[in-house]
Amino acid sequence: MAVLELTNISKHFGAIQAVNDVSLSIEPGQVVGLMGDNGAGKSTLVKMIAGNFRPSHGTMQMDGKDLILHKPVEARQHGIEIVHQDLALCNNLTAAANVYLGRELRRGVGPFRILDYASMYKRAGQIFAELKSETRPRDLVKQMSGGQRQAVAIARTMLSQAKIVLMDEPTAAISVRQVAEVLNLIRHLRDQGIAVVLISHRMPDVFTVADRVIVMRRGRKVADKTIASSSPEEVTGLITGAIEQV
Amino acid sequence: MAVTLDQTIAQKQHTLLSKMFASQTFWVVIAVILACLFLSFATDAFATQKNLYNITRNITFVAIIALGMTFVIITGGIDLSVGSVLCLSSMVLAVTMHAGYSIEIGILASIATALAIGAFNGILIAYLGFPPFVVTLGMLSIARSLAMVASNNTVVFQFGPDHNKLLALGGGAWVFGIANPVLYMILLALITGFVLRWTKFGRHIFAIGGNEHAATLTGVPVRQIKVAVYMISALSAGIAGIIQTGWLGAVTTNLGTGMELQVIAATVIGGANLAGGVGTAFGAIVGAALIEVIRNSLGLLGINAFWQGVFIGGAILLAVLFDRIRNFRRND
Repeated sequence: MAVLELTNISKHFGAIQAVNDVSLSIEPGQVVGLMGDNGAGKSTLVKMIAGNFRPSHGTMQMDGKDLILHKPVEARQHGIEIVHQDLALCNNLTAAANVYLGRELRRGVGPFRILDYASMYKRAGQIFAELKSETRPRDLVKQMSGGQRQAVAIARTMLSQAKIVLMDEPTAAISVRQVAEVLNLIRHLRDQGIAVVLISHRMPDVFTVADRVIVMRRGRKVADKTIASSSPEEVTGLITGAIEQV
Repeated sequence: MAVTLDQTIAQKQHTLLSKMFASQTFWVVIAVILACLFLSFATDAFATQKNLYNITRNITFVAIIALGMTFVIITGGIDLSVGSVLCLSSMVLAVTMHAGYSIEIGILASIATALAIGAFNGILIAYLGFPPFVVTLGMLSIARSLAMVASNNTVVFQFGPDHNKLLALGGGAWVFGIANPVLYMILLALITGFVLRWTKFGRHIFAIGGNEHAATLTGVPVRQIKVAVYMISALSAGIAGIIQTGWLGAVTTNLGTGMELQVIAATVIGGANLAGGVGTAFGAIVGAALIEVIRNSLGLLGINAFWQGVFIGGAILLAVLFDRIRNFRRND
């Protein structure tokens, strides 16, 4: 069964039709590349799944149940995690503090509860180990490489039992070696049965790691096929409009 | 031999000692200690019980407000209204008690005034998006003006039936001959340190200063916390005002004039970063101590008091210079 199913989703802002009648379904443990030029509607689509916007039309279902989101926190409660393009990290805090930001562990009784540093360091360390990342929970994020920063942002999604992780341009603006690291992180998520939606401009990344590619143009879904049955040339054609639809 | 992932992760980046040497607060503490040692030998008057009593007590008023200011500065904000809020709170206390009410009611009214002003600042900043500098600059003017209105610009020095209680509260020395204000300062510093290090609220304050956008995205209640920090800052000014009233035994409408700059100086000298994200309770106290030791020493060494500003300003620049040098080294 699909973990996330979108049916005839549209979103318009006044007269502007940002997303137009898009249907798609995402299976558990599947990596889906979401591609399209700037303004194609990728971000708007993702923001609806993330609870930032409500769709103007259409329905979203999660595990077969209707999904109505009013704000981002609710998406998180449903197991939808987002890795933002700018990663949303605080440089002045440690890796562990960033992983737990907004859902800090505490110990104590009633109103007398203090931060549980030991447990947060321990669990964060376990997650980094699972991700096979050389990230130390006690290090400040400002001292970290781009790949490590990505690991911190991704580790955040693994705190709770995420079902689907949306990643917005995770490989933009990092070095080649770090891109390989990030693609590995994505594979680790997939291996744990988590569905990953990878929004990217980078053709090689999508063709390396994704199982499926969805292409959007001018608010419409113009392609949705397996990586094996597509090619970078075809996807480029679809993005630019040289190929109308497949 | 290959280094495994676990070994890399287990490796500690900083020892306790290297962390200490890298901290601005540490060097300011050294400066304070050296200055005290020097003054003890250079002058007869410094290491006397009376002078030490004076110094420790004088530190407290700036230090207590610096503790509150630390919260604001960590979030990346600034509160210029504290000097005026101190004056207004003192005046509310004085006028209430002068009118015949008990000390409890006076303190309650004074604290309530401070909190209301803090909430007003905070709401304008957090919910309406006003720049903190502008809002608190406006409040600097408003609060002092209100203090003048409340007292009709007179000096209040009679505090009704609980007059002596108030003087004892601020001017007494109930434990081991340590001035009461010092005790309040230590207590408030401990609370501040605890909140910053051990509570979710404290963690979120640092997060807001580090990356406000990230804090919002991860579900930190940024707006509520911002209102809270401006209320804390105003509250600290209110508390300092009450204690100072008890110590001085009189309130004038120019009480706390220019104090906001001393408070901000203390916070910055103690290691807080005006860009946000960095600051400690201990640093605020140490910063206040350095300023007071400088001021005291100039008097004892017979240097014209007009030079005070030069030395305090120099200390601010020197403290930040150390921070810059460390950053240059890190970037190399």
